[in-house]
Amino acid sequence: MLFLDRWIEIFETLRRNKLRTALTGLSVGWGILMLIILLGAGQGLQNQAEANFKDDAVNSIWIRPERAALPFEGLRPGRKILFTNADIEAVRRVPGVEHITGRFNLRGEEYTVNYGAKNASFGIRAVNPGHQFIEKTIITSGRYINDTDIDEHRKVAVIGKPISEFFFGKASPIGEYLTIRGIQYKIVGTFTDEGGEGELQKIFLPITTTQRAYNAHGDVHHLMFSVGNASLERSEAIEKQVVALLAERLNFSPEDTRAIRVRNNLKEYSKIARIFSLIRAFLWIVGIGTITASVIGVSNILLISVAERTVEIGVRKALGANPFSIVAMVLKEAFVVTGLAGYLGLFAGVGLLELFNRFLPNNEYIVNPEVDLSVALIALGMLVVSAMLAGLIPASRAARVSPIVALRNE
Amino acid sequence: MIRLENINKSYQVGGGALHVLRDVALHVKEGEFVSIMGSSGSGKSTLLNVLGILDDYDSGEYWLGDTLIQNLSQRKAAQYRSEHIGFVFQSFNLLPFKTALENVALPLYYQKQSRKKRLEAAADQLERVGLGNWKDHRPSELSGGQKQRVAVARALVTKPRLILADEPTGALDSKTSYMLMDLLKEVNDQGMTVVVVTHEPDIAERTKRVIRLRDGAIEESHSKEES
Repeated sequence: MLFLDRWIEIFETLRRNKLRTALTGLSVGWGILMLIILLGAGQGLQNQAEANFKDDAVNSIWIRPERAALPFEGLRPGRKILFTNADIEAVRRVPGVEHITGRFNLRGEEYTVNYGAKNASFGIRAVNPGHQFIEKTIITSGRYINDTDIDEHRKVAVIGKPISEFFFGKASPIGEYLTIRGIQYKIVGTFTDEGGEGELQKIFLPITTTQRAYNAHGDVHHLMFSVGNASLERSEAIEKQVVALLAERLNFSPEDTRAIRVRNNLKEYSKIARIFSLIRAFLWIVGIGTITASVIGVSNILLISVAERTVEIGVRKALGANPFSIVAMVLKEAFVVTGLAGYLGLFAGVGLLELFNRFLPNNEYIVNPEVDLSVALIALGMLVVSAMLAGLIPASRAARVSPIVALRNE
Repeated sequence: MIRLENINKSYQVGGGALHVLRDVALHVKEGEFVSIMGSSGSGKSTLLNVLGILDDYDSGEYWLGDTLIQNLSQRKAAQYRSEHIGFVFQSFNLLPFKTALENVALPLYYQKQSRKKRLEAAADQLERVGLGNWKDHRPSELSGGQKQRVAVARALVTKPRLILADEPTGALDSKTSYMLMDLLKEVNDQGMTVVVVTHEPDIAERTKRVIRLRDGAIEESHSKEES
């Protein structure tokens, strides 16, 4: 009862000093709001960057043949480099290489896909079974391309879910035949992919079948492999070894960086991850700065408030308030104001992030900005505690108010 | 009830010491109605602060009842003030954001009484000073005389042993001043010890004993009944 009474006294005082309370509250609420928005935006940026990596395996290395830029052993610069199935098999034997695939793309209007009266164009990729792991393809029904398909040059296809819906509606496409440039392929599976709509408008065929059917003599447009759970250093070593092997097999200088183009996803990922840990640290520094400014604001307002209330404090002391109860009074006011305003700021910040999610769900830069609630609560707790610490200076000044001076000071 | 023995007090001013109270000896018996008179600079405010346990003194002894008031911690001083002394100030010193009733109840808050009890006691005291109908008014809605009566009610609410009034009529016109002195006399008639500090002779006239201070020393102390 008496405990409740103390708080009633505090709330009464705060209610009677609305402007002061509002200013203090604004300073704190604003600080927390800014912190939440900063952290939320940071998280959103990071989510977006990480979503870009969801498409493909992070531990994959992608190699594309280009044109040699340097003369090598009597060969002219500018000559085209070509990969073949034999190169895939050679790279497969390099220690550390886990899954490997070649990719042969069918492009152009002649590769229209037909089923009955319907026809459309899709991205057609002829691949090895390892492609499933590199592209993180998720099979939803049937199966992926397998080794037997490759060995026996089977005419089979795995299609994205939207393609299945386009041709077959809700019915199962497994066992149906699609016609691609006059050749019939039996559908053996459907898939989905976290890389987005573009990655779903695809048809996968066995690479050997396609090379033979379209007269490509074992050409490979792209060579990709994964390196298991190798460290960044190990993956770079494997990359170097593979490049050296290809240089030897295809007769280009190992120093020729333009003969083939290499993309090591692990390298890219760790670069991005480093950038984001820097951004996060920076956001925290800015956020803590904002909170500090709020706390200084609170301390400032409390100091002014104590000076303003010298007479009141003097009267209270003359009427029997001991110094401790005066300190407690100032600190409780600080606690109530920062706690309430901080909570409102937190609420507003999380609300703004939710609004952002609701109205701008698919933008290119910030995806699903969110704040870890425990982080936000810790920030709020830190704010309240430091506001009370900041309140100690004004409070002890208040406790030292001499009733005589205060009451003479009219 | 109040016993001051050879109280000395000086302030450090610039290089030298200003001797404000010189060997002040003063006895006030239970139930007396005393005024302390003196011009400004006579030390009467300092004496009042010592009496009110708002300030310490350098040497001598101050007995309030059976308690020696000397070198008290702030906490102890606050406790004794709260238990034994009711203050009435020149400028009323009511808290502007509280109603008359809440102002009167405030000293009981520091005695840790429940809100219900506080407000009941406060209402009784307001009734006693004739402001029963003004409970819910803020100080700004009250006249000077009414404010000072609220202050008297506030001083009485803790049932102290001593009422200390510092120039209680300083901010009032003479008619209201006399009404206030009548109120204090009434309080005194009910057995309360009242000490009024003033520089106005006609106010001092209305108490039962006048103590004159000059340059920090007691000049004369006469009782009306005796003269």
